[in-house]
Amino acid sequence: MADPNNFGPNDDEILLSVQHLKKSYGNHEVLKDISFDVPRGKVFVLLGPSGSGKSTLIRCLNGLETIQGGTIAFKGKPIDGTEKTWRRLRTEIGMVFQSYDLFPNLTVAQNILLGPTKVQKRPKDEVERQMDKLLADVQLSEYKNAYPRELSGGQKQRIAIVRALTMNPELMLFDEVTASLDPEMVREVLELMLGLAEHHMTMIVVTHEMEFARRVADTVLFLENGVILERQSGHDFFTHPETDRAKAFLDSMAPISDEE
Amino acid sequence: MSWQVIQQALPLFRKAFVLTLELSAIGVVLATILGLVIALVREYKVPVFSQICATFEELLRNTPLLIQLFFLYYGFPSIGIKLSAQACAIIGISLLGAAYMSGAFRGGFSGIPTIQVESAKALGLSPLQMIRHVTLPQGLTRSVPAVAANAIFLVKETSVFTVIAVPELTNTARDLIGMYYRTDEYLLMLVVAYAIILIPLSVVLTLLERRVRRGTFGD
Repeated sequence: MADPNNFGPNDDEILLSVQHLKKSYGNHEVLKDISFDVPRGKVFVLLGPSGSGKSTLIRCLNGLETIQGGTIAFKGKPIDGTEKTWRRLRTEIGMVFQSYDLFPNLTVAQNILLGPTKVQKRPKDEVERQMDKLLADVQLSEYKNAYPRELSGGQKQRIAIVRALTMNPELMLFDEVTASLDPEMVREVLELMLGLAEHHMTMIVVTHEMEFARRVADTVLFLENGVILERQSGHDFFTHPETDRAKAFLDSMAPISDEE
Repeated sequence: MSWQVIQQALPLFRKAFVLTLELSAIGVVLATILGLVIALVREYKVPVFSQICATFEELLRNTPLLIQLFFLYYGFPSIGIKLSAQACAIIGISLLGAAYMSGAFRGGFSGIPTIQVESAKALGLSPLQMIRHVTLPQGLTRSVPAVAANAIFLVKETSVFTVIAVPELTNTARDLIGMYYRTDEYLLMLVVAYAIILIPLSVVLTLLERRVRRGTFGD
């Protein structure tokens, strides 16, 4: 990668391929038969009512949940599902969670350096240079030696994103990263994610921010009861959803208006 | 109440005081180390060892130290293991303490939010790296108050050693009372001696709790 800020749309390479994925907790089937392909450089947004399986699905994609059927392939290679394989892949698949994922016992810099230096075993000065640049990009350089408790929720989430990016992932997973933020902090996090999308980072995003989803999604997967009910380009999904369920979902998420 | 009696008993009490301090210190240190090992084995569900540790913990926590000491001191010689009273005391307090300390540490670990473990995993950390950088520092900090309470409890438990004639504070006071019938003086000295150990210990541990918490989480 010549320019670390350009994640490069080369050809139509399929970065992640999910085929007939099944996941259940005991007898309860959470994901029934999920298949989709994510081309490199594209942004997929998972939408759906709560309990539809979006978060479970995204957690399956970096091995935090074990699957009961189907395959997940990354860069053309099927993943065997062992913890060892996942551990290696997690350096290439970054994930940011809803909240509280920074380590409170470590400073911002220690949080960011942990993965690249201990897991990837990269030289510290090289990682530090990258970190300094990324922190400058998100205007948080002054917090380098601060502890997470000294940061606002929005700042924490931006640091969590920087922490994942410093591993140079090829795919980023975002699991409702703004869901527990105060409204005024949502924007700074979403803008950072929009910037990543503009730089062609491959992303899979679970979100309830509809305006953001509309702007960022190359493809929308609409889930309900563990199946993909609808898959459309971002634009088409929001302008004319095919299914009644998706239509009802979009209506329920629409901002409250004055007209009756 | 006679000052003379107190003065005459001082050298004996001083000796007992030092012995109580030594046994307490050794007991607390061994109990803490062993307790942490047991807690980690149980927390990470190491096969076989985890079940052994769980059984050990339950057994020791649910029998009185007094009985455990009798068992070590009077029971073991019948299977050919003869230990000195002090050795029995140290083994007894360390094992009992380990069982309590393990509980304290496990409580600390269980307070760590799942998301912390998941985000450590998501960064590709190996189980050992996770323990070292995430769960151990956070878990230890969370355990400090319970570990400190156990330490104070263990120091007080050394008084039970009197039943196997270890010449610590309680034993010395009992002996003196038996010989000279000066109950008031000797009991006063006994209380003061324990207070001299326990009050500063309690203050130091409270300060330590605050300091560790601030060092780790900053609040």
